[in-house]
Amino acid sequence: MDRIPILKMGPFLLVTIQVDLYDRLALTLENDLISMVSKTGARGVLIDISAVSIVDSFMGRILGNIASMSRIMDAETVVVGMQPAVAITLVELGLTLQGVYTALDVEKGMELLQDKIGIFEDPEQDKEGPDDSDD
Amino acid sequence: MTKDTMQIVREQDVVPFRNRVREMCTKIGMSLVNQTKLITAASELVRNMLKYANGGKVIMETVSKNAQAGIRLVFTDEGPGIADIQQAMRDGFSTGKSLGLGLPGAKRLVSDFDIKSTPGEGTTVTIIHWKNGR
Repeated sequence: MDRIPILKMGPFLLVTIQVDLYDRLALTLENDLISMVSKTGARGVLIDISAVSIVDSFMGRILGNIASMSRIMDAETVVVGMQPAVAITLVELGLTLQGVYTALDVEKGMELLQDKIGIFEDPEQDKEGPDDSDD
Repeated sequence: MTKDTMQIVREQDVVPFRNRVREMCTKIGMSLVNQTKLITAASELVRNMLKYANGGKVIMETVSKNAQAGIRLVFTDEGPGIADIQQAMRDGFSTGKSLGLGLPGAKRLVSDFDIKSTPGEGTTVTIIHWKNGR
């Protein structure tokens, strides 16, 4: 069976969707991602949809589900690389991807994730950061 | 004028169907945004066909009006039909567990949208999208 590969990069999971997803593939990805978040303790999920030419309400719901499920498991989700035509279509369709963070490209998405996680880790860093006290 | 019919019986048929529609759009020189709108609307409608009627068929053809080219897609199924079309066309209404954006969303995305349904016999949805998107 076809599967979308999920890459682990530090505290993040990286998914690049390179094909137009049919339903079962999208559902498998949803499942795989959530199990990976659980298994690896990832703090962020980055989904690159720059090669996806069609996002319909089903696909939009999957993205929303992934974001909600990840959040419950203490990981943030960023969707990056949406094509302009897809964005225009989504808004007219009435799908606003609520609760899903977005960024223009992978680089900005990574920065956003780092920022999100930085906020949570700041107090801990102050406590256990020997580098800081040396300065 | 090309005319083509595709049977949609399983979800794996959706991607080839979308590709076929894209080919037709490209042939008449439709812009990427309008292609995306039409294909997204078509995707919602075939999904409905699969979900509620176990599939159906789509007739695809290029049409023209006042020198304007367009694409017409006719989705026909022999499913349970829709008892209350007005209700089905309302945003957020769904008898399934979806978001209820399919029908009203598809209507917003295309130039012309027509739906006819007879409970117990099936549903036919016809959409036309003109090259200029109007």
